[in-house]
Amino acid sequence: MVKKLFFRLPRKSHMVALKRPSFLLGLFILISSISLALFPDLFAPYDPNVFDYTAIKQPPSALHWFGTDNLGRDTFSRVIWAYSVNMQMALFATIFCLAIGIFVGALVGYYGGVADMIFGRCVDAIITFPFLVLVIAVVAVLGPGLTNMYIAITLVGWVYYARLMRAEIMGQLGNDYAAAGKVMGYSDRRIIFRHLLPNAITPVIVYWMTDMALAILLGSSLGYLGLGAQPPQAEWGVLIAEGRNFITTAWWLSLMPGIAIVLTGLGFSLVGDGITDLMRPRG
Amino acid sequence: MTQSNSALLSVKNLSTSFHVGGQKLRAVDEVSFDLAAGEVLGIVGESGSGKSITLRSIMGLARRYGEVTGEVMWQGENLVTKPEAQMRKIRGKDIAMIFQEPMSSLNPLLTVGVQIKENLVAHTELDKKARHLRAIELLDLVGIPDALRRLNDYPHQFSGGMRQRVMIAIALASSPKLLLADEPTTALDVTIQNQILKLILDLSHELGMSVILVTHDLGVAAQTCDRLAVMYGGKLVEKGSTRDVLRNPLHRYTMGLLQSVPENVEPRTPLFSLPGTPPSLMNLPKGCAFAPRCAHAVDACVETKPPLEGTQHQVACFNPTQPPVGAGGQS
Amino acid sequence: MSTISYFFSRLLQIIPTFLIVMVIIFLLVRALPGDPAIAMADAKATTEQLEQIRQRLGLDQPLWMQFGIFVKNVFTGNLGDSILMKAPVTQVILERLPASGFLTLYAVLFSLLIAGPLAFVAALNRNTWLDTSIRTAFQVGLSTPVFYIGLLLLTFLAAQLRWFPVGGYGTTFLEHMYHLLLPALTVALYTSAIIMRNLRSSVIEVVDAEYVQFARAKGLPERIILGRHVLRNALISTVTLLGLSIGNLMSGTLVTETVFAVPGVGRLMLDAIFARDYPLIQGLTLTFAVLVSIIFLLTDLIQAWLDPRLRVA
Repeated sequence: MVKKLFFRLPRKSHMVALKRPSFLLGLFILISSISLALFPDLFAPYDPNVFDYTAIKQPPSALHWFGTDNLGRDTFSRVIWAYSVNMQMALFATIFCLAIGIFVGALVGYYGGVADMIFGRCVDAIITFPFLVLVIAVVAVLGPGLTNMYIAITLVGWVYYARLMRAEIMGQLGNDYAAAGKVMGYSDRRIIFRHLLPNAITPVIVYWMTDMALAILLGSSLGYLGLGAQPPQAEWGVLIAEGRNFITTAWWLSLMPGIAIVLTGLGFSLVGDGITDLMRPRG
Repeated sequence: MTQSNSALLSVKNLSTSFHVGGQKLRAVDEVSFDLAAGEVLGIVGESGSGKSITLRSIMGLARRYGEVTGEVMWQGENLVTKPEAQMRKIRGKDIAMIFQEPMSSLNPLLTVGVQIKENLVAHTELDKKARHLRAIELLDLVGIPDALRRLNDYPHQFSGGMRQRVMIAIALASSPKLLLADEPTTALDVTIQNQILKLILDLSHELGMSVILVTHDLGVAAQTCDRLAVMYGGKLVEKGSTRDVLRNPLHRYTMGLLQSVPENVEPRTPLFSLPGTPPSLMNLPKGCAFAPRCAHAVDACVETKPPLEGTQHQVACFNPTQPPVGAGGQS
Repeated sequence: MSTISYFFSRLLQIIPTFLIVMVIIFLLVRALPGDPAIAMADAKATTEQLEQIRQRLGLDQPLWMQFGIFVKNVFTGNLGDSILMKAPVTQVILERLPASGFLTLYAVLFSLLIAGPLAFVAALNRNTWLDTSIRTAFQVGLSTPVFYIGLLLLTFLAAQLRWFPVGGYGTTFLEHMYHLLLPALTVALYTSAIIMRNLRSSVIEVVDAEYVQFARAKGLPERIILGRHVLRNALISTVTLLGLSIGNLMSGTLVTETVFAVPGVGRLMLDAIFARDYPLIQGLTLTFAVLVSIIFLLTDLIQAWLDPRLRVA
């Protein structure tokens, strides 16, 4: 970038992006998070749901790293167990958006015309709502809970993927190979899914990576607001909300789960950045 | 090889390198030339040969981004080592520059009037009213009709050719002694190209202004320049009067360039094109940068960089089309 | 084209979009499982009262007629009565809007104050330790949910150190400033991280732009190059980014209002959801959409005002 005004920089190997310390750190965080999510029982020192009335609201110590809550549950263990819920958010809150978005975006982008016009207006309408407002309005209709939260996020979120996919497909349509496919008499389905999609999908995948980090933030926010995961399930947002009532006497209850959110979010976005650099188109 | 002391500008061993990812790229490599007052010098070469960076190094614009060494002697001072604050008084006043892309080189948010006048504010003592009059005069001078009204227009309201005229007007604002023109016609239609070139030449004659014209287009250089310097891989490979260089090219690269110009050839003769591509600055060859593309390369070409030799007509080649006049010793 | 006619052409483009917005809101409430009349009425409502509500809402009419009635009601400002507040929805929302508006503007101000200078510093010193640390800080900011930032500030600055009130809004302007300082900072820390990320690359683009090189080649003082050529162009990207981030900003405000107990529309929205106060949810959703549209329009206008190229199209 620095010297682009003088000449186009010779490109270094893409792989350099993957050797950066920030990417490696992100990868480390991500792999650790996935391990914690898959095998919480291996890492959590206590049962997250067992009450211990002899150890109520104890501050962090060697015995209880993150302290205990008002029922004597070990906060560290609850944060660890929450990994499986919060990590699944990154997947379930995005994967359906991705699938629907790619499908609708590709069709609309390829066929254009009236369908595209209607799609465009719908996109305009949906982005007119603040994302969170529309999501919680849908949750309000469906009722709080994890599954409903995923449905609500998918109902609103696919639009952003579809919009991106549509733009990419339309960009690819300008290329000769798309026209060549038509001349050769290939079916529309073959042109779209075999020829256009593989060339157009990269930015959508990159967006997906960054969106996974956002999904964790969104999911825990909804949990905090009482619209996502429901207590007594251990989920970071829920844990923070539960701790709120004791914020002056037992600050660790709210503050410790937050660290897990920040760390995991950071892991996702660092890896996302690395992959963005890796996949950035040439030129 | 040094010419008389009457030279307006004397560039000696000018080199410019950039650091990219731990590597040092030498974009301009030991370039030397002199320029007399009123003379029009053309620097010809393919894109990436370092000609634009040579201009920006003379202007002191390149040193923000890389390392510039050597001498650019201007009125007894070396511009390469001159502090930025003092450079600013020379830039735009004594030495002006016009850029390749008139679309992106004018600030889209400011009226043309503002962009001309800010130059006058920086370099002249004129008051507001006088600046206004001078701005109108300048637009007139470069052939923009209805100058008074157009001062309040924004760059996007001008056509490409008109924008290039605006840029020339801005460059001429404080009557510079030297104009550096970086591919001033490349982005324009052919008919407009000729108008702009004629304008630059006329202004050069009228105002007694020297011009360094950088171009990749030999045709443009032929019809405009008194002398030519051919650049390849960051080095000057041939230098001489336009007539000598074009009639009697010494360097194989110049020869190739000339042959690839589709002028004065029989219809239906296949067009010559140089084999291969220009070298990447990332891995310049050890010897002559052109050697990998050269059909006449000898062993020495691969090992050492040929020096620029000769008196009037100079060439940097171990196996030129013919020996340069005044070359010492070699076969 | 003048800025005014540009304004009206943009306004015309919004109309079809807004019709769809109303369809979405309409369907949202109609998609409720069960009878909207029951949902909208008191739990203790009699059959007659339910019938009344049905008639009043036009539920005995076909769906498209119902939509017509809804649109008519929206344009006459009649959004029904809030079950929770026992008052007209319009009135309830209007009472709560000032606090949210104040908070949002306050947050925008903070966001600009934080993101603007830092983006410039990072861009002008790119790839130095300074740039890296600024970007790292914002990367962490991006990964921190708004409610957590709020809770941290609340715990330490308000509850522990008692520098700030733990909630509320106050009555005078200065009290608003004082009460909303932490909430605004909360929203701004998150929003500025979003803005900063893009603003840095915009500034880099502008700093290296050919017209900036040309300005330098004219021998202009660095002060003028930065102020006149770099800043103005970077401002356009800032406005664009702010406009695009308005959804994020409002989402952030909503969450922050619940953390700090600010009596604004965001907190009202959550109260309405837990009370299943559907007329209020409907009205609030619409309000948010209207506000975002206004901001989008405003952004376009400011851009047109800043960028002469846009005035022609």
